Amino acid sequence: MRASPESFGSGNDTHVNILIFVLLSLLKVAVVTVIFLTAVAYTVLLERKLVGRIQNRWGPSRVGPFGLLQPLADGLKLFLKEDLMPTAVFRPLFILAPIIALSCALISIGVIPFGENIRWHGVDMFQIADVNIGLLVILGVTSIGVYGIALSGWSSNNKYSLLGSLRSSAQMVSYELALGLSVIGVVLRTGSLRLRDIVNVQNTHGILSWNFFGGFQFVAFFIYLCAAFAETNRTPFDLPEAESELTAGYHTEYSSMKFAMFFMAEYANMITVGCVATVLFLGGWSSPFGNLIPAVGGPVVQALLPVFWFVLKVFCFLFLYIWVRGTLPRFRYDQLMGFGWKYLLPIAIVNVLATSLALAFHG
Amino acid sequence: MNVAVFILFGLLCLGGALNLLLQRHPINSALSLIVVMSSLAVLYLLLGAEFLALAQIIVYSGAIMVLFVFVIMLLNAGEEERTHGSRAAYLAGIPGVLALFTVLASTFLTLRISFGGTRLGSFLVRTGDLSRVLFRDLLLPFEVTSVLILVAILGAVVLARKES
Amino acid sequence: MTVPIVWYLILSAALFCIGVCGFLIKRNIITIFMSIELMLNAVNLSFVTFANHWHQVSGQIFVFFVMVVAAAEAAVGLAIIIALFRSRNTLNVDRIDLMKL
Repeated sequence: MRASPESFGSGNDTHVNILIFVLLSLLKVAVVTVIFLTAVAYTVLLERKLVGRIQNRWGPSRVGPFGLLQPLADGLKLFLKEDLMPTAVFRPLFILAPIIALSCALISIGVIPFGENIRWHGVDMFQIADVNIGLLVILGVTSIGVYGIALSGWSSNNKYSLLGSLRSSAQMVSYELALGLSVIGVVLRTGSLRLRDIVNVQNTHGILSWNFFGGFQFVAFFIYLCAAFAETNRTPFDLPEAESELTAGYHTEYSSMKFAMFFMAEYANMITVGCVATVLFLGGWSSPFGNLIPAVGGPVVQALLPVFWFVLKVFCFLFLYIWVRGTLPRFRYDQLMGFGWKYLLPIAIVNVLATSLALAFHG
Repeated sequence: MNVAVFILFGLLCLGGALNLLLQRHPINSALSLIVVMSSLAVLYLLLGAEFLALAQIIVYSGAIMVLFVFVIMLLNAGEEERTHGSRAAYLAGIPGVLALFTVLASTFLTLRISFGGTRLGSFLVRTGDLSRVLFRDLLLPFEVTSVLILVAILGAVVLARKES
Repeated sequence: MTVPIVWYLILSAALFCIGVCGFLIKRNIITIFMSIELMLNAVNLSFVTFANHWHQVSGQIFVFFVMVVAAAEAAVGLAIIIALFRSRNTLNVDRIDLMKL
């Protein structure tokens, strides 16, 4: 199909008016951004409450019922705090670094499919950008996200920040390899890099066709999990930013809104990684029951039910993230780098080999 | 719209490249080069090379330039100083470079009619097509590059090691 | 709404010439190395342009190999720069131009 400025949509023959495409894309971006940022705020609350319960205490429970207005209070506090900028920092990069970190955390959400391929006026309503190489876009944005951290440490002009940011950048770059290799098994099974195709392959028989179970990618899932923990600088790999080490690392010199941007970027990365893991390994928006449950309700319920399954799976993934954070101690830096290069990388390569052999023999 | 995107990112490329020359601190030059490489990735997308555009971002902007930024941060050598060698390079280098550019540009401009134009979507290489050529016809060069990367890793580790 | 192919080629030539200029003018060894990477990128743009013009994949394959070689070269080159910095303690090429220490 020849693409022309008037026709959009890969693998679809409808011609879409460019104005409608732009307006609907802007609408999708606005809705997804609002929902995503709210989710980031409430993930912070979820973490505080869960870690509190793991540690046998309540977590925030005073502001609003069950502490539900706590993110609002936190946001207000961070917004109204004094925005200190030390005189010796390198200003352009100091201001640019949190912008890069937050932007890269928010961009990946643009290629993730939340629901079925339902089109309105020819535009896919549950995915912002349906690109042929969606998976590579996510890996690319992860690679650029390293700069937010590297430049923040450098521009702070503070030796603890510099060391923390160098450690964190080296950790992120090392675990990017394992991350990239772990998703190759999924791509081999699907035969395409397009995220909609990856989900459609997992949509055939309910839970059994998900890449984790039917695709036998459980090793890849665990490699992806470890690499994702390291990429998002979360426990057990959070040495570069732990408060008791290196005086909070790369965000030592940041306060108020810029610190809030780093903070939001970390939780936004967590959610993005959860969405990507759901799409790649846990079947995306497909229901675990598959075709066993008859389709009830009108077309609106049928359109929103896959989104419900998607959100539920991302929530389970976030729960796992926070559970691990509350339970495990952190790695020392040399143990962390050794684990990434000497264990995860070879296991990921063996996984690729095993998956390709299995697919070559069984078809 | 094709022309507008090309002009925007082409100007970004040129601006970044000129900024690389004009800045004195190497970290600013490195950041300008990252801008150049990311703009080039967009130009590759316009030319239908979708896999290469993302490979440019993942490999060049996201790995090679991170390596450059690391080294600049670690060595921390500060701003550049004017020393005696640069005067001769200015006098001989800049006219030579301008001559080179003039020759290349005039060669291309004399052929502009026969080259024609391109638009977004006139040629799209899907990742599958690229990999089919890479892994069937050019499998040997591909395996040789893996050996090359191994040699480079060994070389880098040995060269950067501290004398103990 | 077509973009003439020649514009891409002239942009590639301009980037290459700016790279050569940087290689000759700059005195910091890391910046010189970055100019080399700029030259390689200019050539990559040229290859992709011709791949588009003649509707062949081989231009893009060549870019793939150039990227791999550039990555390997960047790693080794930066290791050499680090080793050089350790022994001479300067990154200015005019001070590293004698074999004698």
